[in-house]
Amino acid sequence: MTPKQPGEKPGVAVRRLDLTRFRNYPSTRLEISAPGENCIVLVGENGAGKTNLLEALSYLGPGRGLRGARLDDITTNGAAGAWAVSAVFAGQGEQRRIGCAIEYANKSGGVQGRARRVIVMDETPLSGAAALAPYISIIWLTPRMDRLFQEGASERRRFFDQIVVGLFPDHARQLYAYEKTTRERLKVLTGHGNQRDETWISALERRMAEHAVAIAAARLEGLELLKTHLSFASESRFPIPVLALKGEVEDLLKVHPALAAEEQLAGLLAGERTRDGERGQTGRGAHKTDLQAWHPEKDIPASQCSTGEQKAMLTGIVLAAARLQMSVRGRSPILLLDEVAAHLDQERRTSLFEEVATLGVQTWLTGTDAAIFSPLKGKALFLHVTDGVIENINQLD
Amino acid sequence: MTARAFKIEQLIQLLAKMPGLGPRSARRAVLQIIKKRESYMLPLAALIREVADQIKTCRVCGNLDVTSPCHICQDPKRDTATVCVVENVSDLWALERAASYKGLYHVLGGTLSAIQGTRPEDLNIKTLIERASGGDVGEIIMATNATVDGQTTAHYIIERLKGVSVKITAIAHGVPVGGELDYLDDGTLSAALKDRKPY
Ligand SMILES: [Zn+2]
Repeated sequence: MTPKQPGEKPGVAVRRLDLTRFRNYPSTRLEISAPGENCIVLVGENGAGKTNLLEALSYLGPGRGLRGARLDDITTNGAAGAWAVSAVFAGQGEQRRIGCAIEYANKSGGVQGRARRVIVMDETPLSGAAALAPYISIIWLTPRMDRLFQEGASERRRFFDQIVVGLFPDHARQLYAYEKTTRERLKVLTGHGNQRDETWISALERRMAEHAVAIAAARLEGLELLKTHLSFASESRFPIPVLALKGEVEDLLKVHPALAAEEQLAGLLAGERTRDGERGQTGRGAHKTDLQAWHPEKDIPASQCSTGEQKAMLTGIVLAAARLQMSVRGRSPILLLDEVAAHLDQERRTSLFEEVATLGVQTWLTGTDAAIFSPLKGKALFLHVTDGVIENINQLD
Repeated sequence: MTARAFKIEQLIQLLAKMPGLGPRSARRAVLQIIKKRESYMLPLAALIREVADQIKTCRVCGNLDVTSPCHICQDPKRDTATVCVVENVSDLWALERAASYKGLYHVLGGTLSAIQGTRPEDLNIKTLIERASGGDVGEIIMATNATVDGQTTAHYIIERLKGVSVKITAIAHGVPVGGELDYLDDGTLSAALKDRKPY
């Protein structure tokens, strides 16, 4: 493997990051410049704010943020005013400034009410986080995801959807629209005191079915691409699990053309109005799909592998997704790998660093122990984090 | 606080309720208004009063104007066979700014939203069905926003128009960012109208 020279093929990268009242960062600016701009290593003790920094970054891409936190809970304790994150992204001949903040809005225009995420790109407000998908892709791996293969389907599905959004940006809009129409239908079905408007419900079901089928099609295509890519690519030393999608809409699409699948799903939904209304849940749809995974050699479910092996498989998927995205769309994602290095054995850690250094993708790594990152010396920007204060320690080494 | 300071503060608070105006810009605006008492403040106050007294919702299309039917509905040069369905008066005004559309409008007054409690009977849908069934209308152009609620509302209306013999088209929404007509420049809006497709 020959390491690429810095700047040879610069991907989209964060060049400046501003945090305001974001968790333990009351007001912080971080400038990222060469050398080492493609790999940022954050070291510091637990609770110092390394993950907070990655979380802030995650709000500048599509998706619900790396912790999936309540927007209200993020503001620095005791701070007056709400949080905001802003960054300058540059690379692949483009420069963009993206900002995210929260806004409180209610119908009467007062300041009380539900927090809403507001996103601005180059001074133009976007309709939502999904609108960022064509421009920014961020993929993360955090300790919270260590049990991804054991836990319920929703976390796995979200992880996979994030990868699919990186391949097909429109997937983000479809997911958002599907979720919204699903919520609307349920609200109409559970509405009290009003006479049910069946035309309204069927309009919503048609929309749901359209979005669900688009979602399933993108997932299936994404999975196929990932598999094909993996069967040709041997660059990685990480095990890639054998993956399969298990979902009703995906199954419908395997036997019907898209329009017929929409028709079928809308019909099935219409038949379950009463049941869904009574349960307050939508019984079927794109939100029920699961991603199944098996160890590539051992022929056992990924969930039965050791914790270390599972981490290695997740890392393998993330790295493969990044490479795939570059080959499919010619755009690079940004990788946030929280506490990943520490859980890999020596050999895999070395592979990770080598891959990160040659991928041409800006990667953010965190860890408590600076020593384990020593192979990245000279290739990465080392930052020390102590209680919300970030210090460049490249010179110290 | 003196009585007078209190009045000015009230004015600032009222202005600060406007979309896009926070307390800070409201304070600045009020100060500017006060400084130009004769040349700006008094004519503004008089005009606000006058409009407030005369403003009406057009009984045909839902536009806001000082007459009902509004000046658009009364304009003999307009093509009465074409009706463009928009969410709000602001969308109607955006299309009028673009100045390429010569038909009439129908303002729904919002979008369907179960979460926000906007039901079909809260929108001007019944009057639209009546207009469409009246025999004078040949084409209905759906120009609701490209948002999830805007599109659901369009679907709902089309469902309700089944059985009414009228051509239904939709404007070409290649809307890149905001998804709302009000954000589009005039050229894009004109093109979106021109490129309308059968639904
Ligand atoms: Zn009118």
